[in-house]
Amino acid sequence: MKIGWLEVVVASIFIVIFLTLIFSRGSNWLEPRFWRNAAIFSGVIMTIFLIFLTFDTHRYINMGGINVPEPDVINNKISYVFDPDKGHYVPKIGEQEGFFGKIWSKQEAAALIDKGKKTIQSRNCMDCHTLLGNGAYYAPDLTKAWLDPKWEQLIIPVVGKKTKEEAIATWLQHPDKYPTWTRKMPNLKLTDEEAKAVVAYLKYMSAIYTNGFPDHFGVAAK
Amino acid sequence: MDKLYESQKLAIWYFTVAIVLFGAQILFGLVGAIQFINPDFLYGVLDFSIGRMLHINALVVWLLLGFIGAIYWFLPKEFNREVVGIAIGKLAFFILVAAVAVVVLVYLFVQIGPGDIKTLWFITEGREYIEAPRWADIGIVAVALVVFYNVVATALSAKKITGITGVLIVDLAALFGLYLAGMFYTPNISVDQFYWWWVVHLWVEATWEVLIGVLMAWSLMHLLGSPRRLVETWLYVEVFLVFGTGILGLGHHYFWIGTPEYWLGIGGFFSALEPIPLVAMIIHAVYDAGMHKLKTANRPALFWVFAQAFGNFLGAGVWGFMQTLPQINLYSHGTQMAASHGHLAFFGAYVAANLAILYIIIGELRMRGITPQKGVKYILDSKAWKYAYVGMIISIIGMTAALLVAGFEQTLQERAIGGSTWQAYINAQEHPWFKEAMLWRLGFGIVFFVSYIILVYDILTIKPKPVKEEEIETELEVVPEKA
Repeated sequence: MKIGWLEVVVASIFIVIFLTLIFSRGSNWLEPRFWRNAAIFSGVIMTIFLIFLTFDTHRYINMGGINVPEPDVINNKISYVFDPDKGHYVPKIGEQEGFFGKIWSKQEAAALIDKGKKTIQSRNCMDCHTLLGNGAYYAPDLTKAWLDPKWEQLIIPVVGKKTKEEAIATWLQHPDKYPTWTRKMPNLKLTDEEAKAVVAYLKYMSAIYTNGFPDHFGVAAK
Repeated sequence: MDKLYESQKLAIWYFTVAIVLFGAQILFGLVGAIQFINPDFLYGVLDFSIGRMLHINALVVWLLLGFIGAIYWFLPKEFNREVVGIAIGKLAFFILVAAVAVVVLVYLFVQIGPGDIKTLWFITEGREYIEAPRWADIGIVAVALVVFYNVVATALSAKKITGITGVLIVDLAALFGLYLAGMFYTPNISVDQFYWWWVVHLWVEATWEVLIGVLMAWSLMHLLGSPRRLVETWLYVEVFLVFGTGILGLGHHYFWIGTPEYWLGIGGFFSALEPIPLVAMIIHAVYDAGMHKLKTANRPALFWVFAQAFGNFLGAGVWGFMQTLPQINLYSHGTQMAASHGHLAFFGAYVAANLAILYIIIGELRMRGITPQKGVKYILDSKAWKYAYVGMIISIIGMTAALLVAGFEQTLQERAIGGSTWQAYINAQEHPWFKEAMLWRLGFGIVFFVSYIILVYDILTIKPKPVKEEEIETELEVVPEKA
């Protein structure tokens, strides 16, 4: 079933007004009773709609759901392309390219993603960066950071690694050694394993379908 | 009323800790503001991520402490009796303060941990606003349950329920229940952020707003003698509007986190309506004050109520609306525009409310022991509160304006033109408009801190002043000292 936003808006408001009027029969609209009913029904009905929408939303946001990939997506090439029908950019999951020189099984990839998420939380990444646009504004948004042209343009040559994932991992372990401007990321003492896991998470996150956010990532307006 | 209820003494403790944390919040904010200008400031000692976490956590905690204090202040008045579980209420207070102290020390000196579940339990959960480690979450829930129990048990023992307390009970249940949605770990960032917003949004844009409605209802009754029937009807209108728009208004956080497209329409529509209840609150406050020709005995409290009504509308309503439709939010999301909105909204909606209630408490406390004289009435007034009031309002508007300029610049230069990359981000941050805005923000931040010092001085020294009877309509309650 596909839910339309307008149906939800109209139905929720209609039900609140309808129930308020039914249960307030006999009261004038200036009486406390009328507004008490309005308050109760708006709280209850909107909560019911939220719960209903939450169940539906899980079909999209569960791993392997409509918008959020399985962890083993890190084995594939990921790009961000313009979809003319939708009018915005969408992540494109391409052929297998491997990650750190190998193909990760479903379980291995899931464990790596799990480690990556825990590392991201334990280092408070979100209090400088934004992830999916949420967090603090002291450092760049990381939603599509895996696809950032700077890795190829600057970081790979500077840290002297062959692949993008190795270069990012090295850079993440020593951001203070390779500053890119006056604001330096502090050294968060990532272990080799944690650095690898964070890179995996960045790649994984870039494959999430985000309704076109951020718009035309990596493509400057002409 | 000739004796201070134990519950009211507890309220004073809560406010004391709240005001101290308010100061800590401002100081950590200043550190962050300096780091935007000079990134080497405290680099490696108190990095931006740590200072910023303390800045926003101190904010959340001191506001909550103030709310709990306000509940403990008004509750015994509402029911004309002592709060039932006052002993456990005091115990919960000490546990909470000790827990906050431990969490802050760990934030400051441990800062980060290895990427495993132990870090999330004992150091930080790393989720903006609710970074508190899991053990502290459990403590917060326990303390919240004590507050909830005290409200319900006191109502039960008084065998009455007023409209205001009815709303309070339902709202507290929702408020504390929602916190549970923030207490789990998932490797899936979309699911993580989906429920994270249940805490963050459904707190600040639904349950906190209703709680403020309750506290402002009590405040207006005590400050202006507004009739209960009127105040309660307004409260119902506000609850209807806040829940009617705010619950599905949650959708404006579900635009870009992997959630389905229908949230763009639902979130955009309902959040565009979210300013309406805030307009209602302004009408309420202005109407009530106008009815009494502004002649209140507690000037600082009434003026903070006004700051609350207008600040809430401007900061939460207008500044929120500015970036809430998905068509602009696609570019403005995660820029300094959000910081601009956050500063004015939290100040207007919640800081001003807590300060208003604090002055109500001070007004009643300092009248104790004053012998009433014929033809003389008492008002709470001083010079210092006016300086603090004007200073804080001007400086918060200054910070908000500076951040807004920075946010517009970022939205256009980094997002719309630059394509949101690392380099686009740097370019936008290095733009003269951005850098200049950061200087203005720091300047106004310093003014805010000075105003805070004046505020603390005033809180400690302000005293009731005798005035001629005809100058005012209401007066501070005279409480004879009991031997």
